[in-house]
Amino acid sequence: MYVAVKGGEEAIDNAHRLLAHVRRGDKAVPDLSIEQIREQLTLGVDRVMAEGSLYDRDLAALAIKQARGDLIEAIFLVRAYRTTLPRFGTSTPVDTDDMAIRRRISATFKDLPGGQVLGPTFDYTHRLLDFMLAASAEVEPPKEKPATGEKTPRVSDLLGGEDLIERNAAPDPERPVGDLTREPLAFPADRDLRLQALARGDEGFLLALAYSSQRGFGRTHPFVGEIRLGEVEVEFVPEELGFAVPMGSITVTECQMVNQFAGSAEAAPQFTRGYGLVFGQAERKAMSMAMVDRSLRAREFGEERTAPAQDEEFVMSHCDNVQATGFVEHLKLPHYVDFQAELDLVRRLRAEHTERREAAQAEVRQENAA
Amino acid sequence: MSEAASHPGRSEAESRDRKQEEAHSSNGPVSAGHRSALHRARDDNPSGYNFAYLDEQTKRMIRRAILKAIAIPGYQVPFASREMPMPYGWGTGGVQVTAAVIGPDDVLKVIDQGADDTTNAVSIRRFFAKTAGVATTTATQDATIIQTRHRVPEAPLKPDQILVYQVPIPEPLRFLEPRETETRKLHALADYGLMHVKLYEDIARHGHIATTYAYPVEVAGRYVMDPSPTPKFDNPKIDGCEALQLFGAGREKRIYAVPPHTRVKSLDFEDHPFSVQRFSQPCALCAAQGVYLDEVVLDDRGGRMFVCSDTDHCETRRAAGHKGEMLGSSPLEAQTSSSTLGNGTSGEEERADEDIRAPEETRP
Repeated sequence: MYVAVKGGEEAIDNAHRLLAHVRRGDKAVPDLSIEQIREQLTLGVDRVMAEGSLYDRDLAALAIKQARGDLIEAIFLVRAYRTTLPRFGTSTPVDTDDMAIRRRISATFKDLPGGQVLGPTFDYTHRLLDFMLAASAEVEPPKEKPATGEKTPRVSDLLGGEDLIERNAAPDPERPVGDLTREPLAFPADRDLRLQALARGDEGFLLALAYSSQRGFGRTHPFVGEIRLGEVEVEFVPEELGFAVPMGSITVTECQMVNQFAGSAEAAPQFTRGYGLVFGQAERKAMSMAMVDRSLRAREFGEERTAPAQDEEFVMSHCDNVQATGFVEHLKLPHYVDFQAELDLVRRLRAEHTERREAAQAEVRQENAA
Repeated sequence: MSEAASHPGRSEAESRDRKQEEAHSSNGPVSAGHRSALHRARDDNPSGYNFAYLDEQTKRMIRRAILKAIAIPGYQVPFASREMPMPYGWGTGGVQVTAAVIGPDDVLKVIDQGADDTTNAVSIRRFFAKTAGVATTTATQDATIIQTRHRVPEAPLKPDQILVYQVPIPEPLRFLEPRETETRKLHALADYGLMHVKLYEDIARHGHIATTYAYPVEVAGRYVMDPSPTPKFDNPKIDGCEALQLFGAGREKRIYAVPPHTRVKSLDFEDHPFSVQRFSQPCALCAAQGVYLDEVVLDDRGGRMFVCSDTDHCETRRAAGHKGEMLGSSPLEAQTSSSTLGNGTSGEEERADEDIRAPEETRP
């Protein structure tokens, strides 16, 4: 009888039930708590918040648990939740100059006001598996010293004082910052939208693009002016109050890349900027973002645009991993109607091909016989 | 298009201006104060979302895009597509369009590859049953909104129905020109030379136009449009259709439309006129002819059967007593062989000269 592969509601239900069972794993092992994920898988939580565009550690941790540790799936869960949230307004710009710094390094100056602060970093660790960790050894408390209260000005501001680096354009009150999650995207897109797309973009994709620009596909000669990690205050101006009130603080990683620029007949030579800002601790992402941001400014600086990293349509159309994974994986859906149409055409073309060849062979035979 | 405004809590907000409404928006799972989202979600009602999932401002934005699309048939209107709780590429555009036009009294049918019971169709139908509480059906005749992927139902559609297509790549020129900036220019100038050259090259190389699905059409004499990856067999049904046809592409953020009674012409050449696939045998279950069939592999020795792709059409016919070969065909079927190709066909496109020849051994 008719045995076509049709899904059916029961099969779907059973598949979901099995998924829940597999997600839980061996029931002899204690269930993983949201708090454990939030506190111990912090960088995974940070990535889900950053690419999910929603700053909520609990929800990100829940998403990671539900997604069985698949971060792109977790990002998708967070995005789908975020889209249902109403907008109350826009915060005032966060001031990273005022950041409560946990880590701050510059590759362009040996020492500078505020100093180099290494903070919690994998850098300089030897990547040797720590078998003690498997035995759950106690960790020592960190060393502490009281804050000096010394200001830590941004490196780009230090350079800006001498006009050695381009100035950031002042915010235009006539042109509010765009939001590609609320307005359809059109090309060419301005830098605000590009930075938004990069901040939400896939870390792996941006890493590969940044890497390609280092290897000569749209070279921008970057220096890490500064990377800083810490907490910044978010402020909001409620209309009924008319002044900014703090809403809380968030952890961000900021990267300022300093790039070469030759200058022109009119403008004296100046360094140019690439900028990265990401929720949580996400240095690799912030650096990649800053490099790709600078590459995407090629048009602005009249540079020849030849590489993928310089092509905003290429980068912005493909950097979103929720979009990418959806479309790639949609190939799993049935396509038998279209395939049937192709099957028919290929069969017909092959039949015609065979006819032609047989006719040609018959002709040759006739000639040989003659 | 029935309005969703009658949903509780919406009526007074509807009359306010947009700004106020945004500030007061209290639909969905976030009405409570400043407790953590996790706690809010827990003690909300089971669905916890606005009628048909999307908030009303989003629906209004989508409706505006739809109205514009209807006003300019075949033109791709950009819209601020939202993240949906199903993956991009799995019907998010169609789901958003459906969510924007559906009302509590609508009856929804969802098909994928013509079938009501394919996994993704089941999933989308359940989504609306859950978030909108609407009645669902598998009967084409009973539905007021039909969301579809890759097929147009065989039964002619009626004026009070809306057919919502899920569209993966809305741009018919995309595979000829990957850049959106360029393709928008080509549409603006109605410069479709690229497409005609592609079709010509097909003929030069293969002797046929080698596009079998997502076959490009010209809408109302102006825009060239991708009818979504429906087989070209369905193109004549899109032409002059009595129902409103809406196309939603979520990932690509585009909506387009074919209003009722719009001329939709499949691109072709005078000496190579457009023609549709025709199957050399009837459906093995309901003996229907002139319908689109799925090929089902029966064994590893080349055994195959052909059955209706439109499951509702097939079931309706079987309920009416039609029997195909697999069910032991009645002698009556041998004579009834003149089912029409569906609605809205125009003379020249009805030429159905491309037999899909099933290999001999496939006849069971």
